[in-house]
Order: sequence, then C-alpha cells, then structure tokens
Amino acid sequence: MKELIKREYEHGFVTEIETDTFEPGLNEDVIRRLSEIKQEPEFMLEWRLKAYRRWLEMDDPTWAHVDYPRVDYNAISYYSAPKKKEDMPQSLDDVDPELLRTYEKLGIPLHEREKLAGVAVDAVFDSVSIGTTFKEQLAEAGVIFCPISEAVQKYPELVEKYLGSVVPAGDNFFAALNSAVFSDGSFVYIPKGVRCPLELSTYFRINAANTGQFERTLIVADAGSYVSYLEGCTAPMRDENQLHAAVVELVALDDAQIKYSTVQNWYPGDEHGKGGIYNFVTKRGACQGRNSKISWTQVETGSAVTWKYPSCILKGDNSVGEFYSVALTHNYQQADTGTKMIHLGKNTTSTIISKGISAGRSSNAYRGLVKFQPGAENARNFTQCDSLLIGDRCGAHTFPYIESRNKSAIVEHEATTSKVSDEQMFLCRQRGIDPEQAVSMIVNGFCKEVFKELPMEFAVEAGKLLEVSLEGSVG
Amino acid sequence: MLSIKNLHASVEGKEILKGINLEIKAGEVHAIMGPNGSGKSTLSQVLAGNEAFEVTEGEVTLNGENLLDLETEERAREGIFLAFQYPVEIPGVSNLQFLRTAVNAMRTHRGEPEMNAAEFMKLAKEVSKQVDLDPAFLKRGVNEGFSGGEKKRNEIMQALLLQPKLAILDETDSGLDIDALKVVSDGVNALRAKDRAILMVTHYQRLLNHIVPDYVHVLAGGRIIKSGGRELALELEERGYGWLGIKEDEAAAAN
Ligand SMILES: Nc1ncnc2c1ncn2[C@@H]1O[C@H](COP(=O)(O)OP(=O)(O)OP(=O)(O)O)[C@@H](O)[C@H]1O
Ligand SMILES: [Mg+2]
Repeated sequence: MKELIKREYEHGFVTEIETDTFEPGLNEDVIRRLSEIKQEPEFMLEWRLKAYRRWLEMDDPTWAHVDYPRVDYNAISYYSAPKKKEDMPQSLDDVDPELLRTYEKLGIPLHEREKLAGVAVDAVFDSVSIGTTFKEQLAEAGVIFCPISEAVQKYPELVEKYLGSVVPAGDNFFAALNSAVFSDGSFVYIPKGVRCPLELSTYFRINAANTGQFERTLIVADAGSYVSYLEGCTAPMRDENQLHAAVVELVALDDAQIKYSTVQNWYPGDEHGKGGIYNFVTKRGACQGRNSKISWTQVETGSAVTWKYPSCILKGDNSVGEFYSVALTHNYQQADTGTKMIHLGKNTTSTIISKGISAGRSSNAYRGLVKFQPGAENARNFTQCDSLLIGDRCGAHTFPYIESRNKSAIVEHEATTSKVSDEQMFLCRQRGIDPEQAVSMIVNGFCKEVFKELPMEFAVEAGKLLEVSLEGSVG
Repeated sequence: MLSIKNLHASVEGKEILKGINLEIKAGEVHAIMGPNGSGKSTLSQVLAGNEAFEVTEGEVTLNGENLLDLETEERAREGIFLAFQYPVEIPGVSNLQFLRTAVNAMRTHRGEPEMNAAEFMKLAKEVSKQVDLDPAFLKRGVNEGFSGGEKKRNEIMQALLLQPKLAILDETDSGLDIDALKVVSDGVNALRAKDRAILMVTHYQRLLNHIVPDYVHVLAGGRIIKSGGRELALELEERGYGWLGIKEDEAAAAN
C-alpha cells in the first residue's frame, strides 16, 4: 500500500496571550505562593504541604510498561494563568476574547450566544478555569458546578470532607505531586435526589510552554442523584514533553449514579516520537452507598505516554462499577492503561470492556486488577480485553490480575487479539472505499461496544478523533 | 469493454497466470471454467487490483484506459466489481454502514450527492429482498457469522447496489442450495444489461442453465486453452477436462 500523507495534529496551535507564570522549580515557597494567589483557607495550604512532604519521600513508579526519560520536576513551572484585567472574570464577557477564540477553534463554544445545547461547559486554560456556562440553570436545580479553586473558597466544608477521601494525598507519586500543586479543575456536587438537568463538561487546554498541568476534579453525587460528566483535553504541538498529572475523585452515595466520560486528545508527539504530553493520571471512584453506580468511559488517543487506571471501589452493597475504554496508540506513543475494580460490598458487580488499538511503532498495554475482599459475597466481574493491531511493528500487551478472597465471587475473562487484515482492506477498497476510511471504519467497528456508552454528541466526535489519529497508519 | 493481452501474474515469486488473452464486450456474459488451482481466482483478483499478486507482463484496458495503473479503489470506482469466492468478515461494522460508505464513495466519484441514512435504508431493503436476504442482515456485521450461502447472496446484493460496468463473480454459485442458486441466478440476470459485462467463474454447468453465457472459456495451467459457446460447458460436463490434454490428476481435482 502506498504511504498516505499525514495530516497534522489539528489542535496544535499556540495562543499568544499574556500570562503570569511562576519560575520553574518546586519547593514549599512555591506551594505557599500558589495557595496565596488562590486565596485558599488555611486547611488547604496545610493539606498541600503535607502532600508535598510525602511526595519528597517517594519515587517515580517504574512498574508500568512504558519507557521515558525521567522528568526533571525542577524544570517545570507550577503555575501559569492568563493575565486578566480585573482580578477574576465575573462572567464570560470579561474573558479575554483571544481565549474565547481559542475554545472556538477547538469547537467548544463558551459564548452565551452559541452555547453547546444541553451541555454546561467549564474551560480550564493552563492552570485556571476561565469560565463556566449555564451557571444559573444549574443553580436552580441546586447543582454546584464550578472551578475547584472557587469551591475551596465557597464550599470549604464539602471540599474538606471529600478531597482526598478517595485518592489520599500519598496514594502514589503523581497523586502526591498533584495534591501539593494542583492549580484548578472542576468541582461538582449534585444534591440528594437530583438528576442533573444538563451534561456537565470540562475542557482542559495546556497552552504555556514548560508548564505542568495538575488539575483536580472532585464530583460528589449525594443520595439518589445522577450526573453525566465529560472531559476533553488538547494541547499545542511542542518539541518538549509536557507533564500532565491529574487526579479525579468521584463519590457516589446511596442509589447515586455517576457517568464519567473522557475524550483525551493531548498532543501525542510527532511521527518520530518527538514531543507530546506525559499523561500520568489517577482516577478513582468510590461507590460509597448501597446500589450506587460509577461508570468510566474513556477514549484515549493522545499523549506521548499514558499511565492511567480509572478505578472503582465498590463499597456499598449491590454497587456497580463499569470501565469502558478505547485506547489508541500510533507512531511512538505508549499507553499503559486499564482499571482496578475493588469489590468490598455484597452483590457488587463490575464490567470491564477494554479495546486497545496499536498502529505504527507504538506500544499499548492493558493492566487491570479485579479484587474481591472477604466481605464481597456473591460479587462478580466480567472482563473483556480486545487488542487490534494495525501493521506489524506495534505491540499489544495484556496484564490482567485477579485476587479473590471470597469463594462466592465469580470472574469471567475474555481476551482477543486481531489484526486489520489485508483481506479486509482489499474488500473495502474493492468496494470503492478509501484505505484511510476503511481503516477508520474497521477500527470504529472494533470500538462499537465502548462508543455506545458515550453521550450521543461525543460518540460522533470520538469516531472522528480515531479517524484523525489513525491518519498515516496505512502505509 | 475489457481487453486482456498476454497477462502474466505471480504470487510469492511463483507464476500463476502465464499469458491470458481475453476480450469482453459490453452486454456479454463470459463464463470461465477450469480445474482447481488453474488460476481462475488469481485472474479475478488481479483484475480487481489485489496487491498480493504481481503483474509481470501484459496489459489490461477497461474502455481503453490502462487498468493496471489504477489503485484497487480507483478500479472499483471505474466500475469493476468482484464478488469474492471467500467473502471476509468485518466484525462490528454493520453491513448497512459498509454498503452506504461504498455506495457514497461511488456517488462522490461520479459527482453525485451522497445518500443519507434514510434514503439508503430504503434502497438497501429493496435490494436485500431481491436476493431473499432478511433486512435484518443489514444490521449485522459485514459477513459476521453469515452462512456460506448468505455470504454469496450478500455479494450479489452488493453488485446490485453498486451497479458496476464489469461484474466478476468468483464461484458465486458454489455452496448454494437449489433455491438459493435460483435466487442468485435471478440476481445475476437482473444485472445483465447492454452496457454491462459479466465474467463468471464456475465449476458447474447447471449455473449456466440459469444464466446463459455468450462465451465459455477453459482456464488451465494459467492459460485459456479453449473457448467456445455455451455448448462447450455441456461438453465439459460430459467429458471432463481430460480430452483437452490436461493432466489426469488436475482433471480429477476439478470434479
Ligand atoms: N496468496 C497465495 N500464495 C501462494 N500461492 C497462491 C496464493 N494465491 C493463489 N496461490 C496459488 O495459485 C494457484 C492458483 O490459485 P487460484 O486460487 O487462482 O485457483 P482457482 O483456479 O481459483 O482454483 P479453485 O477452483 O480451487 O478456486 C494455486 O496453486 C494456489 O495455491
Ligand atoms: Mg478460485
């Protein structure tokens, strides 16, 4: 097959904007300054410092199936924010028009006139949130959806109660770092019995060079509530690697449901493996209450290196955890991703559907742990792990771990590896279909079970994203 | 319409086609018969542009245009259609989506607007009835779990949807029960048109009772060793391939 022309990463532009950016380097003073800028209450600063001291004693994890040069944490700047005329924009009208244009380019309208129908959006640019849409409508329902920096000030008791309750500050190296220096992110609280009237969505954008992005998201669904939340991410093309170390915590109380979807499209680096984002993320949800449910759906196409395991702690009896994942790697991308399902309560069930697609010289690993604790009477898990290879220079690996301390637990595990075959390609092309379109159609078919879990609008977006990400894979 | 001159092709360094000459005019139906392994599928695949085969000599033109310079998908858009002897499965991709993508690729090539999902659904349902396939098959993955006969009917459905200039049917009759054979033959006869040519590979003269060919060719050892009218097929049925000077074991393999 002939080599097809590669299209460039379409979100790779840089926004020229005046910023306040910290000098690179990390120490307690940096953390104090950060906390001061954010006008945080005392408990927050103490929490950060404690996390920082823990982090100093920890080392980069080395067990994942990824290979990258050690990050120099003192070469990174820990805060970058667009310079604003006033202190904080009170409404989107106060936001720098250049920023709004950035989000328009990304296809995310923040302006009141052209808001995304039925979706409330929070936009995080480098280290700060620049605006949230549909604020009033959400407030009417009693839903809190705001930048976490705002929540720290306005709802300190909720933040203090839940922050770190699922991912403790010292959980792992990157979580500790994030806890010390997280700059912004989203906070969501859905009151008892409320079905959130809109899809909630946060778009993260790394713009500044040599800046780490450490966002923190906390979602609490009180008893009997429901929320569907989506995050999207992009970054400019830069030759240097950039670090993104986020923490996401979800808490579902009795009968509550949280559906968390991610479309991750950080800059993956160029076709020679230069540049790209290091995406080291800790995501975990606690099904605290009885009959609660947490569902993770992720479509991961970006980043140079991904290290990410959205997990569920199934504590409440009859609680349900789900993980639906599509991870695509191309060129020199590396991904080590999967999930942990920790069954504590009775009759807890979990489902894992993982679809890994490897193209180019990339490496794609699924790593999953299913654990049944002694109290997990009649718990069950179903795992399906499928790998699809495009070409013969890429790698796919599966590392499933099962630990059972309860005899009544039932685990089912299925795994397949397949290739986009020459025969399939020939059939498509014989019917007049372009090779690139053929690959994307075959890959989309492979991912169907996961895409159907995404909110409608984003399923289409995800399909297109795969198509763009696969460009140049047919050669 | 199609002109093949001294066509040689090999796979993995082994020569399979050793100088094929064939002229097919618009409106004609040609049948190709011949022992197993003689190169019938290879000829079909080479015409459709399968890159697993290397053309080492000769030329092929479609309406005067050099076919061998075109990519597989370009040939398809110029009107070459191949019904596969062994249709491959594409899991998760619905037949409907696959067919609509194909039809729209052809339409775009011809400068016609794409068909939307609703328009296409209507068309696809009609055509699926024509080959006696339940429209439920449109929702299933391409050939996924289809029986042998269902796959063959699915191929003919595609030919009817894509309306090619030259339809190459590689053993579309094999593995069909008597009723299905009738359905598929009716489908092929529906394809017959003044401006369309059909090249069909078959082992069985009984197909030629349903689809009466204008010419019958015998392909053996990578060459066309005999051509005639439809009576040649009857003669082959009666006498086998032996009298044509083909080695006994090859002839035995053909029956
Ligand atoms: N991909 C391939 N690799 C190696 N040999 C091949 C390949 N494809 C075909 N051949 C060989 O080429 C020869 C012709 O095969 P072909 O499939 O064209 O025969 P055929 O006439 O269609 O036979 P049948 O009647 O059994 O379908 C056979 O010897 C076959 O083994
Ligand atoms: Mg054959």
